[in-house]
Amino acid sequence: MSEYAVRVENIGKQFRIGAEINRSPTFRDVIVDALRWPQRVLKPQLNPSYDHIWALRDVSFEVKHGQVLGIIGRNGAGKSTLLKILSRVTEPTEGYAEITGRVGALLEVGTGFHPELTGRENIFLNGAVLGMKRKEIAKKFDEIVEFAGVNKFIDTPVKRYSSGMYLRLAFSVAAHLEPEILVVDEVLAVGDAEFQRKCLGKMSDVAQEGRTVLFVSHDMSAVLRLTDEAIVLDKGRVVHRAPTREAVDYYMASGYSQSGERIYQPAELPPDAAPFRPLAVRVRDPRGNVVDAMRSTEPLTVEIEYRLNSPIKGLRLGIYCMTNRGEYVFTSFDTDMPEEYDKFAVRPAGHFTSRCQIPANIFNEGQYILGMNASVFRVKRYFHDEHALAFTVDAAGAPGKQWGEIRLGPVRPDLNWQIEEAAG
Amino acid sequence: MPKSSQPANLPAAQEKEVIILQPSKGWSALNLADLWRYRELAFFLTWRDIKVRYKQTMLGALWAIIQPLLQMIVFNFLFGNLGGIPTGDIPRPIFTFTALLPWNLFSSALSDASRSLVSNKNMITKVYFPRLLVPFSAILSGVVDFLIAFVILLGMMVYYKFPLTSAVWAVPLFLLLAMVSALGVGLWLSAWNLHYRDVRYMLPFVTQLWMFLTPIAYPLSEASDKLLHLLPLNLHKLYFLNPMVGVVEGFRWALLGSQQAPTEALIYAVSVSLLLLVSGMYYFRRMERTFADMV
Repeated sequence: MSEYAVRVENIGKQFRIGAEINRSPTFRDVIVDALRWPQRVLKPQLNPSYDHIWALRDVSFEVKHGQVLGIIGRNGAGKSTLLKILSRVTEPTEGYAEITGRVGALLEVGTGFHPELTGRENIFLNGAVLGMKRKEIAKKFDEIVEFAGVNKFIDTPVKRYSSGMYLRLAFSVAAHLEPEILVVDEVLAVGDAEFQRKCLGKMSDVAQEGRTVLFVSHDMSAVLRLTDEAIVLDKGRVVHRAPTREAVDYYMASGYSQSGERIYQPAELPPDAAPFRPLAVRVRDPRGNVVDAMRSTEPLTVEIEYRLNSPIKGLRLGIYCMTNRGEYVFTSFDTDMPEEYDKFAVRPAGHFTSRCQIPANIFNEGQYILGMNASVFRVKRYFHDEHALAFTVDAAGAPGKQWGEIRLGPVRPDLNWQIEEAAG
Repeated sequence: MPKSSQPANLPAAQEKEVIILQPSKGWSALNLADLWRYRELAFFLTWRDIKVRYKQTMLGALWAIIQPLLQMIVFNFLFGNLGGIPTGDIPRPIFTFTALLPWNLFSSALSDASRSLVSNKNMITKVYFPRLLVPFSAILSGVVDFLIAFVILLGMMVYYKFPLTSAVWAVPLFLLLAMVSALGVGLWLSAWNLHYRDVRYMLPFVTQLWMFLTPIAYPLSEASDKLLHLLPLNLHKLYFLNPMVGVVEGFRWALLGSQQAPTEALIYAVSVSLLLLVSGMYYFRRMERTFADMV
């Protein structure tokens, strides 16, 4: 038997894109295509009727039995395609892979759930869809219900569940799957914080039981917590493989603007962003220079420059600040203050800069990621860029710097400590 | 996790299954063993379809009765009162109703199966399982409607004083034949439907034509006599290529017992439906590999 649970050799997956992506071919296309075949045979290069892209190319890696491997990469890097191939949902276009052991794939929670069926019925249905035997489900039934905390509603159709309950039940079924090799996509990003903690706990139990796990997530803290090693995918290729901490640093640092400024080219904008047109996001020091490294003892200014081609009612621009481990530090919007909120109830067409100052003594030392988004609350998100730019904070001169140790936590506030000595 | 799920519980190393992933070329094997391994899922999918079928309808399972009854009334008027086509010594209502049951099973199974891959899109793009189960369970779930309407048929048999014939044992076989035919055609159509959504527009009209080409409201003898005069050579036998001819005639023979066994029609029906089934399964398997990318 192979020493590897998963061995992937030069796997590639090609998709067809371009004008044809949005519809299935009809009989008409087939007939037209058939009539054109002499032309195609004679002059094959003249017939690029479809554009192809490689979602994955030359991907090779191995996972040992019992290893927990993280897969990280930005949207569109090919993570989901890789998982779909490994879970046999789709076939690779080229290459070869060998999987030794029973695979359980969690590309989504609640696959096959039917809103009209009760919680009880959906547990059985979903369990069967995930490849569990009926006896196995029956044996774990109470545990599943208990974990999800939906005991009272187990005979109620799930369409009457709150979205939280629905997700808890769905996750709970999935969490009780016991494959030898578990392939997990982004599914932990569900439910409330407490439930997420519970799920992470469950996942680390699975990892500690000696099972092989392939884990994809955007949540770097989850990846760090659950996996010992990770591969970084970029544009369909494996660009790095290292112990998780190192891989996460590599991922967070790579590819972002290091100049303290991110400029948006028209070609990279999604069509549904209109009429919002982002121009740039930048970070400035107190002297007005665009910088990518600053001191924690100085304030810094964040600017978002954009154009509106027509007015938008209720538009707000936000920044998201994240550590390089993927934990959010804060979120803030340009219409948070009542005056701005009232003044820009409708933002007219024009060229704008939304600017804010982040006070001194907020950040701890380290690298931070700034994301930005333009949205109308509960109506539409026009544009977002989770990782607009990265900047580094140096803590020289910050409170507590007399000790050379690294301070825990993303913030390093200057707290006004008082030490009183009790009288007497 | 419970203690029992510790590694000791995992199968010994040498019996681990090995899955090879690579691009497949040409025709693939049917992999019936895989189908068998997933039989419980087939059961659950069928059970889900049955459970969900009449949820949120006002009349619920009554629809399974109302539909063939109304069809019967309209057919009686069109073919009896207006057309004056004889039905032999069988009263027209029961003559038509007996044929409508397998026909409705067939036509609704066919349309459910054709739509099944698209309507289970969510599962197909997220989980691996033998895709053949999807049209397969779509067809199985239609049997419930058939059984409900069958009770009405039994009532009509009592009313019109038709005793049970000695051939009644063959009814399940004809039922199976109708389902195999629907599955055979449904496999082709469901795979096509993913690639060419034309199927959605084509199917209602094809089914309608198909219904008139099946001896539901008229007797087979009448049709083959007329065709014999119209067509040269033995071309009238083409009519038998419709497997539902054998099924419908089989039902009348086994339940109403007034004719001879429709042997010739049945030979055609069995051969054609098996051919459709086997070719449909191979075609489906061949197209299967791109399902998740197409839907």
